[in-house]
Amino acid sequence: MANVQAIPAPSPLRGSGAPSARKGTARGSGRRMRSLTGWLFVGPFAVVFLVFLVAPLGYAFYLSLFSKGLATGTIFSGADNYIKAFTDPSFLSGIWFVVRFALVLIPVQMLVSLSLALVLDAITTRFARFARLMIFLPYAIPAVIGALMWGFLYSPTFGPLQQLFGLFGASAPFPLSPDNIFGGLMNVVTWQWAGYYMIIIYAALQGIDPSLYEAARIDGANARQVALRIKIPMVSSALVLILVFALIGTLQFFTEPAILRLVSNGSITPDFTPNLYAFTQAFSYANFNYASAISFALGIIVFIAVYIFLFLTRKRGSILS
Amino acid sequence: MAHRSALRVTNWPHFEPKRREGLTAGIRILHYVSTTFSYNVVDPHYLPTTKSSQRSTSKGNTVKKKALGAVVSALAIAAMLAACSGGGGTNSDKGTSPKLTNCTNKMVYKDAPQVSVWAWYPNMAKVVDNFNKAHKDVQVCWNNVGQGNDEYTKVQTAISAGKGLPDVVMLEADHLSSYEIQNALVDISKYGADKVKDNFSAGAWKDVSQGSSVYAIPVDGGPMALIYRTDVFEKYGITTPPTTWEEYDADAAKVKAAGGPVFGDFGANVPAEIMALQIQKGAEPFKYDLKDPKKLSIKLDDQASKDVLDYWAGLVKKGLVGTQDQFTTDYISGVVGGKYATYTSAAWAPGYLTGAGVGVGASKGVWAVAPLPQWDKANPVSVNWGGSAFAVTSQATNKKLAAEVAMGLYADPDSLADGWKNQVIFPLNQSVLKSEEFINNKSEFFNGQTANKDVYIPAENAYKGFVYAPITVYYYAQLQAVAVKINAGKISGADAATELQAKIVKYAKSQGFTVSEK
Repeated sequence: MANVQAIPAPSPLRGSGAPSARKGTARGSGRRMRSLTGWLFVGPFAVVFLVFLVAPLGYAFYLSLFSKGLATGTIFSGADNYIKAFTDPSFLSGIWFVVRFALVLIPVQMLVSLSLALVLDAITTRFARFARLMIFLPYAIPAVIGALMWGFLYSPTFGPLQQLFGLFGASAPFPLSPDNIFGGLMNVVTWQWAGYYMIIIYAALQGIDPSLYEAARIDGANARQVALRIKIPMVSSALVLILVFALIGTLQFFTEPAILRLVSNGSITPDFTPNLYAFTQAFSYANFNYASAISFALGIIVFIAVYIFLFLTRKRGSILS
Repeated sequence: MAHRSALRVTNWPHFEPKRREGLTAGIRILHYVSTTFSYNVVDPHYLPTTKSSQRSTSKGNTVKKKALGAVVSALAIAAMLAACSGGGGTNSDKGTSPKLTNCTNKMVYKDAPQVSVWAWYPNMAKVVDNFNKAHKDVQVCWNNVGQGNDEYTKVQTAISAGKGLPDVVMLEADHLSSYEIQNALVDISKYGADKVKDNFSAGAWKDVSQGSSVYAIPVDGGPMALIYRTDVFEKYGITTPPTTWEEYDADAAKVKAAGGPVFGDFGANVPAEIMALQIQKGAEPFKYDLKDPKKLSIKLDDQASKDVLDYWAGLVKKGLVGTQDQFTTDYISGVVGGKYATYTSAAWAPGYLTGAGVGVGASKGVWAVAPLPQWDKANPVSVNWGGSAFAVTSQATNKKLAAEVAMGLYADPDSLADGWKNQVIFPLNQSVLKSEEFINNKSEFFNGQTANKDVYIPAENAYKGFVYAPITVYYYAQLQAVAVKINAGKISGADAATELQAKIVKYAKSQGFTVSEK
């Protein structure tokens, strides 16, 4: 309310309405000064944004239009790199993997984080606060360290899994073997991110007016119905948000496979995910041009996927509208 | 999952001391600026452009002062970021100043010109000190930027960037031609490399040269041999170590039938070793001559290559060897625990294993070494895995000085003795190879065996040198990929060789080589 009243109060520097001819120059320079000050405040961000996001993107796109062979030197190749990327079995199998991964992982992750958030929202003991912190904790551990840790937990020699199976004289399955790698990685990612998504949903749940619950209860709704019919629809925009996060993150899957690659006994190949493939192309094979093209191709796919997704959920999400 | 910040950190090829210095400097500037809003506490060295804003401090105009603050902090951020991003190459400040900062070692003669070096030898600190103490006219500034592939990634990035390489770099022989073709290495024969030629065996010299051009000075080699556990051999009644691969197979079956451990390990992540074993049977994977740099001959699917892969695929299938990646904690703990009866490896392996904790405690005194099993006993072939050399990069400021370092570093008796006594290197310098002390040394790791005399020196002397293609990194990655498939039982050795040939040929063609498949 205070803000609403403050707005009409004229400030000497604010040029409200048409400036009179007499004061025009002074006010104009004042406004210029103001807008200059504004730019100065935007400046630090703008510099970082331009130098570290826009310029590298432009440069990478420029690179992607050329090709360089060890024996040929650099030649302009136009869209050749993109054609090569979309017909490259390594790139396509990487895309296929992350798409499959997203299709399985995201629902699991959503289910875990949503149910955790609902449970934590329903109980109000001191345990809830402790549990919330503990569930969130994996997110506070850097992804690289988390992956290293899981590498040891999965180890067929030191891992607790092996010791557990050893009690019965059996040998444990290796979660990073070619057949199990899908589940092995999914476990790591869910562990790392479910807590973070849980916090987002939990915060949205906290924002719901409690009188809604009261009304529902008067209408005869039980706790389950309150959760399904009131809480979940009310946090749907938060759900869309984390879905988008998870979708982008999964399509750009990199850190965990890059770290676990060293202990995966070869299950994680250099072209395991598109990002890993781009990294290998650039820094191991020195094909910076092709790596740029792969990155852009991946970017296009991510953009299309997210756009389609947001379009389909436009009634619930508020990002596009 | 690719969290953005994590992604950037892991993607970033270098994160070196200088970068961190730059970062702290940047933060310090920011701190000063935000607390005082005044230009003059900012070190002018970092922010030379603040001179123009001097006038505004004299007047007390708040708006101006705030605006100034914004300018200064923007500049500070820019300076900080510039400092962060400028570290791509630690020693890239060329020409103007011969003094290099952020060396791992301390200079002995501070006024002498410096040469930057990347190397990962475990005893490199001692080696550098030895060199610096003995040279008043040149000093080495050394950094360890990672071992093997970790370093090559950085080297390749610096080559592509056109700056950031050190003056001298440690490389394995199999990677030399990849950099030679990119003109990243200097032919040091014109800087007197031929003078030290006689210090090395013909095979070792062939590995680092192309015709009369010399691209690196060898330091250590990796003649291969069969390391085995005497306790396991005794327990399962194997009196003499296998001398042929047939015997190896038979002994492996014997141990397994008696309920023993696997006999060896076919690690997919050691493609250099797999290639060496193929060459041992007569494979000739590549023919390449830098005189005609666009011509590359690839033959990865000949009978010998197929036979070797099929041989190991068979052992894997019968469960006679493990399929664990090597150099991992799981593998080392298996080696310590007697999970593998033998280890087919190079002469530097004992030092590596000792460093990883093998050969102490329960696994002390149980190791011995025998010559590598042969395909044809009548015509034994000696092969090599690993070993490194010092090359001068084309980005070196003073190439003559850099060549002097490449020739002198790790070439003095003290350094070499320290290296071979700790078994971290198998020296290639003939002065050591022919010294009584080296020949008759009783290896502690091998329980007093005179391993050098019995096994490694003959192996090294019989080594004839390999020819490597300029696409080593890619080739190794693909060889690893098919080895993984072999280990998973998804493909036969012969099919793996065929697949590999097709992949490598395709890649070489895409790189612009004229490929011959003979």
